[in-house]
Amino acid sequence: MTGERNQRRKFMNNLMFVLALGATIMALIPLGSILLYVASKGLIALNWDFFTQLPKPVGEPGGGLANAIAGTLILVGLASLMGIPLGILTGIYLSEFSRGRLAWLVRFICDVMTGIPSIIVGIVVYGTLVLAMKRFSAIAGGVALAIIMLPLVTRTTEEMLKLVPHSLREASLALGASRWRTTYSIVLRSAMGGIITGSLLAVARIAGETAPLLFTALNSRYWHTGLDQRIASLPVYIYTYATTPYDELHRLAWGAALVLVAMVMVASLAARLAGRKAGGGR
Amino acid sequence: MDTRLMAEDFSAWYGQNQVVKNVTLPVFANQITAIIGPSGCGKSTFIRCLNRMHEVIPGTRTRGRVLLDGENIYANRVDPVEIRRRVGMVFQKPNPFPTMSIFDNVAAGLRLHGLPPGTTAEEVVKRCLKMVGLWNEVKDRLRDSGVSLSGGQQQRLCIARALAVEPEILLMDEPCSALDPVSTMKIEELIKELKERYTIVIVTHSMHQAARVADYTAFFLNGQLIEFGPTSAIFTNPRDQRTEDYITGRFG
Repeated sequence: MTGERNQRRKFMNNLMFVLALGATIMALIPLGSILLYVASKGLIALNWDFFTQLPKPVGEPGGGLANAIAGTLILVGLASLMGIPLGILTGIYLSEFSRGRLAWLVRFICDVMTGIPSIIVGIVVYGTLVLAMKRFSAIAGGVALAIIMLPLVTRTTEEMLKLVPHSLREASLALGASRWRTTYSIVLRSAMGGIITGSLLAVARIAGETAPLLFTALNSRYWHTGLDQRIASLPVYIYTYATTPYDELHRLAWGAALVLVAMVMVASLAARLAGRKAGGGR
Repeated sequence: MDTRLMAEDFSAWYGQNQVVKNVTLPVFANQITAIIGPSGCGKSTFIRCLNRMHEVIPGTRTRGRVLLDGENIYANRVDPVEIRRRVGMVFQKPNPFPTMSIFDNVAAGLRLHGLPPGTTAEEVVKRCLKMVGLWNEVKDRLRDSGVSLSGGQQQRLCIARALAVEPEILLMDEPCSALDPVSTMKIEELIKELKERYTIVIVTHSMHQAARVADYTAFFLNGQLIEFGPTSAIFTNPRDQRTEDYITGRFG
């Protein structure tokens, strides 16, 4: 009797293990094949010229996407410069200073914004900033990306701050520290690792956004000349080149895809490292 | 004897729930005043009202006056931040700042308020760690994290941190309840030494601790102050039947 039950239990145990393992492998197949496919197609496109040259006119061989790489870095930088500080401050407000309805509203809007398709953000920025400035610009692209980052950074910051034990805030207040001083030197410092991780993940998230850039930063075949001018970016170049009939441009698009994936991976890895470092310090 | 602190007809609430009811209680200078009573009697809430820490929790309110050297700390123009600098606090659970070293934990308050003239942070940290008897145990690892210490050491570190800003009064909210007997004994010794320089109010759930360290004892029950007097009188000759029931172990 007990032997039979034991056997049954062992069988179920093994069955569930195999099922879980199978599901994991199935989930990894598409992920792994994307990486492999992009790498195999992209690697042949990558050479010194790719990183240093401007795109050549259609039909001329060679050329590179140096302006798009720089453009993506500038756009992500601009977005981070706006989105990260604003998001962190909003997160601090939600966790440390807010009470009641306004906080509920901000939180609700953040949650809704996280789910809004990025193309809508692009259209809104087009309808407001681009039309008002009467031109496509790096600024507009940066703003669109910052809007996508904002709820991610805000909510991560809030969650991380809420993990800091209340007793630490009390310890600081009891020393005669003001609310703001307590938040800055004690609470924020304790949660820093998590906030950096969240911010870097948000950076990784926006680096590959294409839709909001189509109507804001547009694209450019040249080096960028000013933040109020249109600017090239990797995702938009991938979109543009992949839909042309030219093999040479397809090749460049794959190269751009690989560079983009590498950038996102670096940001994600940095996020993991920052998280681990802060976690170990506690 | 000088009265440093005086609660007058003081009440405190959490939301609708009144936890301190019309308490009038003096705290005498350079004496140790213990507040005893069963769990939930409002003793911790009351002590948190003495440096305006109660209001840190959302949904709380208070009524009545607390006089610090004759001045009401609940008056409108009084800044609670300034009160908390003058009236320090040590909490039930040791709470050193986890991101800071042992040294920085003690120096944390100095960074806020500035150093007393003619001293260095090193001197103050050393003096405070010596005062709490921690110096010899930690002098070779001042750069280690504050949370690397044992529970009892952490609590003494927290006391050193509170003393570094030179408060006039030290409030202690069950400072030994998370500690082992040896650490408890060390802290009790420390409290007795500290009374020469500071006025101390200690909340404790241990009657024995009150009997060992306190000059005056107040007995709280259901948010009310039942009896207050010299510790020896409270323990040997209580006037109120409820006090007698409590100290003889009939409840709580």
